[in-house]
Amino acid sequence: MRHDHLISAKQLSRGDIDAVLDRAAEIAADPGAVTGAHADTLLGLLFFEPSTRTKMSFDAAMKRLGGDTVDMGSVDSSSVKKGESLADTVRVIEGYADALVLRHPSEGSAKLASEFVDIPVVNAGDGAGQHPSQTLLDMYTIRENAGLDDLTIGIMGDLKYGRTVHSLAHALTNFDVSQHFISPESLRLPRGVRYDLHEAGAQVREHTGIEDVIETLDVLYVTRIQRERFPDENEYRQVAGEYRIDAGLLEAANDELTVMHPLPRVDEIAPGVDETRYATYFEQAHNGIPVRMALLDEML
Amino acid sequence: MTDTELRVSKIEDGTVIDHIAGGQALNVLAILGIDGGSGEEVSVGMNVPSDRLGRKDIVKVEGRELSQNEVDVLSLIAPAATINIVRGFDVVEKHRVTRPQTVGGVLSCPNANCISTGDEPIESRFDVLEEGVRCTYCGTIIRDSIAAHISVE
Ligand SMILES: [Zn+2]
Repeated sequence: MRHDHLISAKQLSRGDIDAVLDRAAEIAADPGAVTGAHADTLLGLLFFEPSTRTKMSFDAAMKRLGGDTVDMGSVDSSSVKKGESLADTVRVIEGYADALVLRHPSEGSAKLASEFVDIPVVNAGDGAGQHPSQTLLDMYTIRENAGLDDLTIGIMGDLKYGRTVHSLAHALTNFDVSQHFISPESLRLPRGVRYDLHEAGAQVREHTGIEDVIETLDVLYVTRIQRERFPDENEYRQVAGEYRIDAGLLEAANDELTVMHPLPRVDEIAPGVDETRYATYFEQAHNGIPVRMALLDEML
Repeated sequence: MTDTELRVSKIEDGTVIDHIAGGQALNVLAILGIDGGSGEEVSVGMNVPSDRLGRKDIVKVEGRELSQNEVDVLSLIAPAATINIVRGFDVVEKHRVTRPQTVGGVLSCPNANCISTGDEPIESRFDVLEEGVRCTYCGTIIRDSIAAHISVE
């Protein structure tokens, strides 16, 4: 990959995506081939928001490549708590590590970090902005299960604040994909994302109900609707109930449907779905390791 | 000297911003951070007849020249504006504003969760779109009423 940083899925071309996914497939097939490939590399983990999965996944990927990680720890125990700017924090950590993985609650934080350091920055989630490494593992999972061309995908849930959705939608514009977005009106895609999809010439349709499109989908990507987005509990419960997937709903689906979720889920996918052939979300989570190994290998 | 120029007093050293779309003069003052409180001598002509615009506004500021950031944002709000630099009562430079690719400072991002609105050592930055501007950091688009997002220092 030619880029110094991975900030947004918008910067990824089809060639970039194919290169990472191909490399990930090679690594998945023969993990031993890259053991020790980056023996002297130290990856800095800066997570300003609680995260278990993404952080562990980067940590494991770096270590499987033979490198090591240094972790800032929780925000409570760091100097950030004392009011240090992000620009200062990353300039200090730059001296400790060869690359940085950053998660931060503000949109644009990874972009800012990349302007202050000379080592590669990987955006592992900037507020409601982007989460491009998640997108690469999502794309890998889609490619393995349904293929990336001539694809019809439904993306459902919190499309307004869902950073995995924003990144995935951008990345899919590089392929022959018809995208359906399913959400309550209050959580539809933000204007900036709709603008980019339009500029990219993407085939996009928005819906408020899954029933309209379920039978046409090859992939259904479900995201969590968070309680804190709603003024009161009742409204949240009502909306959350309408955007829930269960075995009954899936009776109308195409036999080959792939159901994905970036996890953790709460109750937007009923446990009964786990036993069906549609459920692909645990496989998706496991793909985080070979894909992040491939990404680090390409960037470092 | 034309009739319209007579309507507001001549300045000795400073800037005359002419051909501002009618009604935008106060927004132009906001871009310049002028609220009258810092003592600059300012003359404003509003809704003055104009051959080119029908009605136009004019702003004259004594003792003040514009920074590039200010000219950039001015071009978004008053795309037809001409800027005259005056020294010793003579216009020594005259130029039209041009639409830049990006604007820095002056505007602030309306997204309260954007890193550019926090306590970081950066100025705001927006890419200029065909219609409106877009925050370089968070991607938020401002399409209407750009003037409402001029940051008040
Ligand atoms: Zn912003």
